[in-house]
Amino acid sequence: MADLLVIEGLSVAFGGVQALNRVSLSVHEGEILSIIGPNGAGKTSLFNSITGAYLPNQGRLLFRDKEITGRKPHEIARLGIARSFQNLKPFAEMTVRENVLIGLERRFSYGLLATILRSTRFRDEELNHRKSAGELLEFVGLGRRSRQLARNLTYGEQKMLEIARALALKPTLLLLDEPVAGMNPTETGFVMELVRKVRGEGITVVIIEHDMKMVMGISDRICVLDRGELIATGDPDEIRRNPRVIEAYLGGGATPNAEKQTPNPEP
Amino acid sequence: MFLQHLLNGVTIGSSYALIALGYTLVYGVLKLINFAHGEIYMIGAYLGFILISLIPTLPPSLQGNVVLLLLCVMLLAALLCALYGYYLERICYKPLRNAPRLSPLISALGASLFLQNFVMITMGARDKIFPQLLKSATITLGGVSFTWLQVAIIASSLLLMAGLSLFINHTKFGTAIRAVSSDPYMAGLLGINVDSVISLTFMAGSFLAACAGVMIGVYYGTINFTLGYLGGIKAFTAAVLGGIGSVGGAMVGGLLLGIIEALGAGYFSSEYKDVYAFFILIGVLILKPSGLLGRKSHERA
Repeated sequence: MADLLVIEGLSVAFGGVQALNRVSLSVHEGEILSIIGPNGAGKTSLFNSITGAYLPNQGRLLFRDKEITGRKPHEIARLGIARSFQNLKPFAEMTVRENVLIGLERRFSYGLLATILRSTRFRDEELNHRKSAGELLEFVGLGRRSRQLARNLTYGEQKMLEIARALALKPTLLLLDEPVAGMNPTETGFVMELVRKVRGEGITVVIIEHDMKMVMGISDRICVLDRGELIATGDPDEIRRNPRVIEAYLGGGATPNAEKQTPNPEP
Repeated sequence: MFLQHLLNGVTIGSSYALIALGYTLVYGVLKLINFAHGEIYMIGAYLGFILISLIPTLPPSLQGNVVLLLLCVMLLAALLCALYGYYLERICYKPLRNAPRLSPLISALGASLFLQNFVMITMGARDKIFPQLLKSATITLGGVSFTWLQVAIIASSLLLMAGLSLFINHTKFGTAIRAVSSDPYMAGLLGINVDSVISLTFMAGSFLAACAGVMIGVYYGTINFTLGYLGGIKAFTAAVLGGIGSVGGAMVGGLLLGIIEALGAGYFSSEYKDVYAFFILIGVLILKPSGLLGRKSHERA
């Protein structure tokens, strides 16, 4: 499989704290890749570097063979990388539909004059965007909430809205930061199904997640970060058996009993 | 008599509202009070004056319709002022985007002084008298007397405000402005070019302020390079009164401020005209610190 995103020797430091230390990994086109690791391992820093929020001290990021290191967030977004956040960040004072339209509207091709004159092309595009917004909201199960203000949605619904908004950018790479944190098992199941459907649409998905049931159940491959370093990569079975991973999660001394103390093995 | 004061208040208040919108829009996207905004309004008035002075040089065939000419003057002055607003942001604020919050504020004061002195040197320190183009007769209707100019000012202000509301709520540019106001970082991640949205916001605010400048110039007939100071402070007050950051608040705050002033001047003493508005402002800030239509501000980290 071709590499969609290649990360080469990426280092990010804040003062004396090394958030990421020469991390190299590649994301294959069409896969679901999970990134796990203890709190503070640098998972979110990795996302922030990919989306242009952090400027890495060292290393390169290649997206579809083009270097994106140091590009501005909106440029990277337009190239096809979208993300959701660990903490909720929908535009609270806008309606659910408007939140999704923003992502779609970056792809409008008409200018200010056409908006004022309401040209035919403008109206056609607007109609198309409204239709796609409706479809996207239907896709994440928010079809009937489109006229509500985003702040009136439940926590789980707001998380789904974030995913819909990210999908509105029509990304080739979708980054999800703890999509099921705080969700109940039913909702988690729904998100897992959704992620599979997203991949089915040809979108590559990278997920940061602590919920091992989800990680083990959905991932093609898993990367493990610990204290800013990549300590393991492999499929769910390999990761479950990897002694370094077990040590990172359970601390030193746990290694001898590794086989018995694997983190939540799938039945 | 009450209706008379009310009408006068609405006339002046509608121009406060137009200027206040510039403060509130910029505050929305940058969380910055653009203290040079009053000067943009003053420059708008001067540009209007220059353009109106040029009218006699036009071929006579074009001088027929005075109302249309004035509208063109207003539009042209507003477009030029939008450029002023654009470069003001580019030169005075953009380089300080990541500086401590106090720096752009000081830069704003500097820009304000610079623009005042720039106009004083180029245009002279004395009052400029607008040529009387409209020989507007006073009309009396049910005890209220007014001129067509007043009607035109109120009508065009309302039209401009309605236009802005449409722009903010129903265009992709407006949605982008609202998105940046709500969370600039997230807006960037959704592919919105935050820098151009900020430029656009400055241009829209300056456009409206210039319209107010031209209208006030024509209404009062004289302008001065210090016009922007009090005008700016009043409009800022109006924006705070209505709730800074709220577009509807700026409109309501501006109109209310004008009405309070006119009523105060009419029923008490016109010497204290400028005091009443600030008195009300203090009252509102004590009772509802976020302003009349403002939402509770939750400081972001």
